Amino acid sequence: MTADLQPARRAGRIVRLAEKGRPLVRFRLDGADCQALSGDTVLTAVLVSAPAVRQSEFGPEKRAGFCLMGACQDCWLWYEDGGRLRACSTLIADGVQLRTAPPEGWQ
Amino acid sequence: MTPPNVEKVVIVGAGPAGIRAAELLVKAGIKPVVIDEGLKGGGQIYRRPSQGFTRPPKQLYGSEARKAVALHTVFDRMVAAGEIEYHSQSSVLATAGNLLQALTPNGRKDFTYERLILATGAMDRLAPIPGWQAPGVYSLGATQIALKAQGVALGEKIVLAGSGPLLTLVATQLLKAGADISAILDTSSLRDQMAGLPGMLARPSLVLRGLLMRAKLGRLYYAGVKLDRIESDEQGPVAMHWRDARGRAQVTECDMVGLGWHLRAETQLAGLAGCTFDYDQSWSQWLPRTDRIGRAGERLYLAGDGLRILGADGAEVAGRLAAAACLADMGLPAPDAASDLRRLDRLERFARGMARAFPWPREIVRAVPNETVVCRCEGVTAGQLRESVSYGGAEANRVKSLARVGMGRCQGRYCQIAGAELIADKAGIEVCDAGRLREQAPVRPLPIGAWVRDA
Repeated sequence: MTADLQPARRAGRIVRLAEKGRPLVRFRLDGADCQALSGDTVLTAVLVSAPAVRQSEFGPEKRAGFCLMGACQDCWLWYEDGGRLRACSTLIADGVQLRTAPPEGWQ
Repeated sequence: MTPPNVEKVVIVGAGPAGIRAAELLVKAGIKPVVIDEGLKGGGQIYRRPSQGFTRPPKQLYGSEARKAVALHTVFDRMVAAGEIEYHSQSSVLATAGNLLQALTPNGRKDFTYERLILATGAMDRLAPIPGWQAPGVYSLGATQIALKAQGVALGEKIVLAGSGPLLTLVATQLLKAGADISAILDTSSLRDQMAGLPGMLARPSLVLRGLLMRAKLGRLYYAGVKLDRIESDEQGPVAMHWRDARGRAQVTECDMVGLGWHLRAETQLAGLAGCTFDYDQSWSQWLPRTDRIGRAGERLYLAGDGLRILGADGAEVAGRLAAAACLADMGLPAPDAASDLRRLDRLERFARGMARAFPWPREIVRAVPNETVVCRCEGVTAGQLRESVSYGGAEANRVKSLARVGMGRCQGRYCQIAGAELIADKAGIEVCDAGRLREQAPVRPLPIGAWVRDA
């Protein structure tokens, strides 16, 4: 890709610095096919292709996790069936289907 | 097998403190239950990547690799030999009487105990910088976990800001791994740092290591800064606005910000278990009260950063001491604590020096504009908090009820200290007179479906 075709900002925010040789894992995020590496947390996996994991319910901004150690509870998102998970403390699994918003009709 | 007449001991946390406590109990012929949230033992400081990662310990833990490997080895050996009953990825959410209620990967599980050792560690201590609710702003601890456990940076152009040992360490580790750091902004002044030096000289080699790291950061590092705001677009941060030590306004472009001011003890379970708390002036936070070896009450012991912020080495010592106290109280032979107590004294002198060198940014917090979000969970602003103090009273639990600061999902972990500061400022009282948030079970939110499923 030439420089002028590159978007102003990348879609995701993760920069992989090491451990890039792990096997690929495929999952779906909001219906779109995504790829991550085996051993990625759901948070890492999602933020490779998206800037955030959910919309804040209390402000205009999106959220992308904060503490990565299960303390802040910023990174909860949804399985396709509506179940919830904390992205920083869950490993990504092949074929998992995730949503950044609750299923239609829940709100 | 623990003989039937031996009391049941439960340890919460498998970091340096929990592991050393377990080791001592095992040596005394006891089989403790160890409940930990991590995938593997080691805690946050010596956190291990999951399967399939290949960086060697030296690359993950640097100068502390030997200690990390020693702890992992001791722990894995106890697990493999069946010397401890280990529950990983399990979160103790409530305690009352002699009962602990935990969420395990298979659902809810109750544990009873006769003696309880809490080694629950610490998390980043955060100050509300205007704009910190944006996606792409993380804690310094998170920044390090991302690198250590996942091999990633959380942005392409990074600003690290705050104060404390982690600031220098994370910056060094990120640079070494090839990340692009635009600035390292320390709110502690060189004068603060000099004031802490006499205490820190209790561990001269560590001071030297810190200074060498600092020297290598070179012109990326600024001391004595004020942080004005994080400017963001919809995707996240685009710039940090700050003032240098001479008061000149600066703007540094970035797409990720890591924030943190040293650590805050994780004390929710200690509170639910009935500990008394004292406000500690040097660490600017409420800490549980114990005797010198970690005895907090009848059959209750604390160890590690959840008791005193001494870091990993101090946690190992405190873990051994708490287990020794536990053994002595059970009428079993316990190792002599004298040398560990001397070690603890030295580590505490160092840690208090460090707390003085890299202080909580009291003035920055008190000066935040009214529109600044204080509670990240629910977007409660400094203005809403200040207003609630005016009509509701200058007490943390009142402010929580009225303005919801501390009511959100993190349960006050990231707003309590700043909230107390703002309450004290508004009412013209001391921070320690602004009260302490009462703990509420469950100490972490959980899916209700998981809770009704018995493991």
